Amino acid sequence: METKKTVLLKFSKDVSNKPVMYGLTKHYDIVFNILKASIDLNKEGTLLVELRGQKENFDKALSYLKENKIHIESLKVKRDDEKCIQCGACVTLCPSGALFVSDRKTMSVDFDKEKCIGCEVCVAACPFRAMKISL
Amino acid sequence: MPKTFEEINEKIRKGEAVVVTAEEIIGIVEKDGLKKAAKEVDVVTTATFGPMCSSGAMLNIGHTTPRMKISKAWLNNVPVYAGLAAVDFYLGATELSETDPGNTNYPGKFNYGGGHVIQDLIDKKDVELRAESYGTSEYPRKHLRSWMNINDINECVLVNFRNAYQNYNVAVNEGNETIYTYLGVLKPNLGNANYCSAGQLSPLLNDPYFKTIGIGTRIFLGGTQGYVFWNGSQHDPSGIKREGKTLKGGGGTLSVVGDMKQMSSKYIKAVSMLGYGVSLSVGIGVPIPILNEEILSHAAVRDEEILAPIVDYGHDYALNKPNRLGYTSYKQLKSGRIILKNKEVPTGSLSSYPKALEIAELLKKQIAKGEFLLTEKVQPLPAAESGYKFRLFSERSVKNGN
Repeated sequence: METKKTVLLKFSKDVSNKPVMYGLTKHYDIVFNILKASIDLNKEGTLLVELRGQKENFDKALSYLKENKIHIESLKVKRDDEKCIQCGACVTLCPSGALFVSDRKTMSVDFDKEKCIGCEVCVAACPFRAMKISL
Repeated sequence: MPKTFEEINEKIRKGEAVVVTAEEIIGIVEKDGLKKAAKEVDVVTTATFGPMCSSGAMLNIGHTTPRMKISKAWLNNVPVYAGLAAVDFYLGATELSETDPGNTNYPGKFNYGGGHVIQDLIDKKDVELRAESYGTSEYPRKHLRSWMNINDINECVLVNFRNAYQNYNVAVNEGNETIYTYLGVLKPNLGNANYCSAGQLSPLLNDPYFKTIGIGTRIFLGGTQGYVFWNGSQHDPSGIKREGKTLKGGGGTLSVVGDMKQMSSKYIKAVSMLGYGVSLSVGIGVPIPILNEEILSHAAVRDEEILAPIVDYGHDYALNKPNRLGYTSYKQLKSGRIILKNKEVPTGSLSSYPKALEIAELLKKQIAKGEFLLTEKVQPLPAAESGYKFRLFSERSVKNGN
């Protein structure tokens, strides 16, 4: 069974010069897609990645990351439906189509969590602060 | 046979008025024709919900003991204008908190400002009041620091100088970099197009020549009943012709007033626009009495008949260039994409159509139940033939010594 997860990896400064991501693919056959990266040699860094792989490999891969002193946080973007007024300021900014106009007559805006890649573009752009990032 | 305001109000009082939304009337007129529909329908409800920067609150906090002639004041660290009588002041929607970094770290987030204080007050939350004065014999107090909420204070009235724009620009960005505007985030190279209007539901698009909406018109404002007290600033009646594509970005505007103590943050909300600033989204509903067929013909306007100009906010807008990249209808905008320079450009909206629809429905119910009576305007808004014009500032340089 294939598993998919978007995680935020936090590297301490002594790990940022190791080819950790290579190991993910080499040893555990994990497909990774970098969504956002902020890494400098010998400095702390973060990497937002979507990981995809077979369930049994996936768990081993996460253990491998932990063994390499990488802090893993699962990130999810959530919508506060009380705050969202369904204006549609986000729909052209969302790169994955997770935020979309679901009904062209009422112009209601829906959020498909499954499609969200956790890029956070909507979080800052929402005029009503309805989009929140949480672990 | 034309109807009068009094006849319509009499029917509303008896609970017999036929009230429909500006969306529903379209189908009714298509099916029954203007003549029959004008006879049967008494009121069409219109509405809009979007950011309206020229909004604010007039507060009178009541006198302190000893008395104080407040000359400077802040609410949750947001400055207010206190150059008025002793304990009166005005809180503007776009005022920033004094600790807000603005656009220092571009684009600024603008998490808190006047619009947020207004929403906090409406939500009956405590806000921190800080006030200063120079002191006089009858107003000796010089400093004040206190918690307060909307129930504690004497009066709190929403007084908005420019709301409910008749129409608005569709903003695009022809430049090479993302820009952050009051019409949202605009991606480079025509990456998206943002509009801000309820289109066929919008009040002044349903009464384009101000036949019924005028000074004294009772409206739905932020969840309670308010009034139109003047035309809004930058009112531009010359921009409203629909045929021949002479529609300008703005058109008519309204100044509105209402009791904030009766409002609900369901219908009026603070806005933080990335890279631009803070503002307030205001929910406004305006009933249009169907006095005759002509008024109905305007109220039955459809999205495909209303055009909005497409303007480049990457360059042209800032420099007041009269360029228009074209015109597009609200039907096209609501479809999700427009074609511009042979490119498919996805569209987004800053104005909430679902909220506008909710307000139009709510106002319809209130009128049908006899809770909301119509008022006849006491003075019309300036129309195109009045010569009332929107003008740019004519700058004259000031030289030292002259």
